[in-house]
Amino acid sequence: MEKLIVSSSPHFNGKKTTQNIMLDVIIGLTPAMIASVIIFGIRAAVVIITCIASCVLSEYISRRVMKRPQTVGDLSCVVTGILLALNLPVTINPLMAVFGSVAAIVVIKQMFGGIGQNFVNPALTARIILMNSFPAPMTHWTAAFDYSATADAVTTATPLSGMMYVNSPNSAPDYWQLFLGTHGGCLGETCALAIIIGGVYLIIRKVISPVIPVTYLATVAVFSALLGRDPLFDLLAGGLMLGAFFMATDYTTSPLYFRARIVFAIGCGVLTILIREFGSLPEGVSYSIVLMNIITPLIERYVKPRAFGKPKEKKGKGAA
Amino acid sequence: MQEFPKHPFRTHGGAPVPHHKNTWNAPSAVLPPPERVIIPMQQHIGAPCKPTVKKGDHVYVGQVVGDNDAFVCAPIHASVSGTVNSITKVLLTGGQMTEAVIIDSDGQMEPDPSIAPPPPIKSKKELADAARKAGLVGLGGAGFPAHVKLNVPDGKNIDTLIINVAECEPYVTSDHREALENGKNVLDGIYKVKEILDVHRVLIAVEDNKPDVIQKLTEIADDPQKDPKDEVRVLALKSRYPQGAEKVLVQACTGRKVAPGQLPADVGCLVMNIASVSFLASFMRTGMPLTLKRVTIDGSAIKNPQNVIVPIGTPIKDVVEFCGGYKSEPRKILMGGPMMGIAITSDELPILKQNNAILAFDAREAQQYETTACIRCGRCVAACPMELMPTKLEKATEKKDVEALQELDIMTCMECGCCAFSCPAGRRLVQAIRLGKSYVRKAGKK
Repeated sequence: MEKLIVSSSPHFNGKKTTQNIMLDVIIGLTPAMIASVIIFGIRAAVVIITCIASCVLSEYISRRVMKRPQTVGDLSCVVTGILLALNLPVTINPLMAVFGSVAAIVVIKQMFGGIGQNFVNPALTARIILMNSFPAPMTHWTAAFDYSATADAVTTATPLSGMMYVNSPNSAPDYWQLFLGTHGGCLGETCALAIIIGGVYLIIRKVISPVIPVTYLATVAVFSALLGRDPLFDLLAGGLMLGAFFMATDYTTSPLYFRARIVFAIGCGVLTILIREFGSLPEGVSYSIVLMNIITPLIERYVKPRAFGKPKEKKGKGAA
Repeated sequence: MQEFPKHPFRTHGGAPVPHHKNTWNAPSAVLPPPERVIIPMQQHIGAPCKPTVKKGDHVYVGQVVGDNDAFVCAPIHASVSGTVNSITKVLLTGGQMTEAVIIDSDGQMEPDPSIAPPPPIKSKKELADAARKAGLVGLGGAGFPAHVKLNVPDGKNIDTLIINVAECEPYVTSDHREALENGKNVLDGIYKVKEILDVHRVLIAVEDNKPDVIQKLTEIADDPQKDPKDEVRVLALKSRYPQGAEKVLVQACTGRKVAPGQLPADVGCLVMNIASVSFLASFMRTGMPLTLKRVTIDGSAIKNPQNVIVPIGTPIKDVVEFCGGYKSEPRKILMGGPMMGIAITSDELPILKQNNAILAFDAREAQQYETTACIRCGRCVAACPMELMPTKLEKATEKKDVEALQELDIMTCMECGCCAFSCPAGRRLVQAIRLGKSYVRKAGKK
């Protein structure tokens, strides 16, 4: 008999792998990608393909240069590419998209050790880098593609910046338009319907837990109402849906367990509304998630799960 | 009186492991006397026994061949009649060398003439003594001497007896067959233990993937003569690994949590495996100590998977041969189930008291999976029934950070394997935790 394999238990392994989780995320993002092409036309597809291709290439080259095992196959770079594209305006110069992809993969992901090691969400941070590097093109919003018109796309404000700068409280937002996404904004953030379909798919497939999205959205709604804003508008406008379902749930940069996830999501929600209400930026989702990413280790340090049956630690020093 | 739960209590985590209960439907076969048995002196948790026979001695079935005065220790008996061939050292699964008595069988299976039914047991003390005399250890896999468990300190009040028929490990069906073939015996044992320990709530906990066991045991437990107050009932558990782990089982049956470092007795529970309780009943009837064990022989490399009742000490090779031999080259042989079983180095090793299964896998199933980077998905945390953070334990182990390991309650881990099973990156979390535990133990000794 050949020598037997001796290894530590368990001798069984589940079927989930990093690769098929990432594939599920890609499937979950597909409705949003399709919606973006329908809403903004074929140029949206160009932006998405540019971002995916440059992310994959950046990952491949950086692993080669660093002489590390190749990780393109886990598909996480494809997810980053799609998420970045969905966070860009359709009129973006493709070279800027490439710049963003390289920043996301090389600087934010690979320089910190690759998958599982980045401390902030690569796609979101790349968006922030692009916003600060190229403020004008990054906020050049195009109205939804008008299939009946022959002229070039019309420049417009996003509903959120409209609310902020035009300051026209009388013009009630059209919720239906917000829900379907037929308005100005980034590629993937406009169509709430498509994002919710993708998010529900991920929850059903148990790729993400509903804890973060539900808490995040609920916090935004409650806090928005408290400040006298329009909660439904706040939920549907801007990048909130995309952020709540696909960005805040990023494994690497969000907490590992239930209680810390609740704190994380509440923090995201509060920051989002604070930025929208008091900040000079029209949109607060990217910053709020990235800020909460940064304090995730801190949350995990203070909000700990208690081991099975372990008695509660008594706080305070008692009679000293 | 304690109330009986209608449904099991919620437990944390667990893993949806495949069941592979291929052998539940066939009656157990009885192995003919093997030519030779190897009886190691360490078949339990605790102090090893010292051989009480010497080379050339004639032994009978049920005769003591090893014992020790230590409290945490169970005597070991000859499982065949014949002549002691030699006393040598054998390498056991844990990697330790242990003395073993090797007996050449005369094929007669002649019982020790001094064996007689013990006098009726009246007190707790007598019950514990009988368990020790019988050489009984936890037959569910741990091998903890039963008399230690039954010797409940006076201050601790046991109000619930839990009979473990969860059998949550994939493949293993030996408890399943025990329930179907020896159901009456099981109930006899339960009534006896219940009476002696003065417990008025007995829960027979069965995973709901064994409806036939639930039906059969419910039928015989419903006995108005022996149990007029209906104090023995069957509780169907959710089929989710690891329902049969002691702490998880206590929680599922009573909602009580056993704190780290404590025993089920601290929350008023006593857990006994079905095979142990059934054996106690037959010991009280016949006085024959533990010499036989029902084991599930299965796995992709076994020709005719089935349950076999074998004399303890029979080389695995002989049992596999009895099951038609290997149908393909075995690459991995496990003692126990695939989640917590131990991979062994050779099929010459003997069957031990606490073995409930031998699984032999071919190359395809023995294949090692690839390990990639942790993506912090939190699946291990969600899967841990002990509510620990396996990925953090792994990282602290890599850094040899004993303080962090202790803060993360590493010693609470029972190595059930749910974390590693759930890990999409295929990380060897249990292996890392075992290493981490050894760091903590070493640091504690300094």
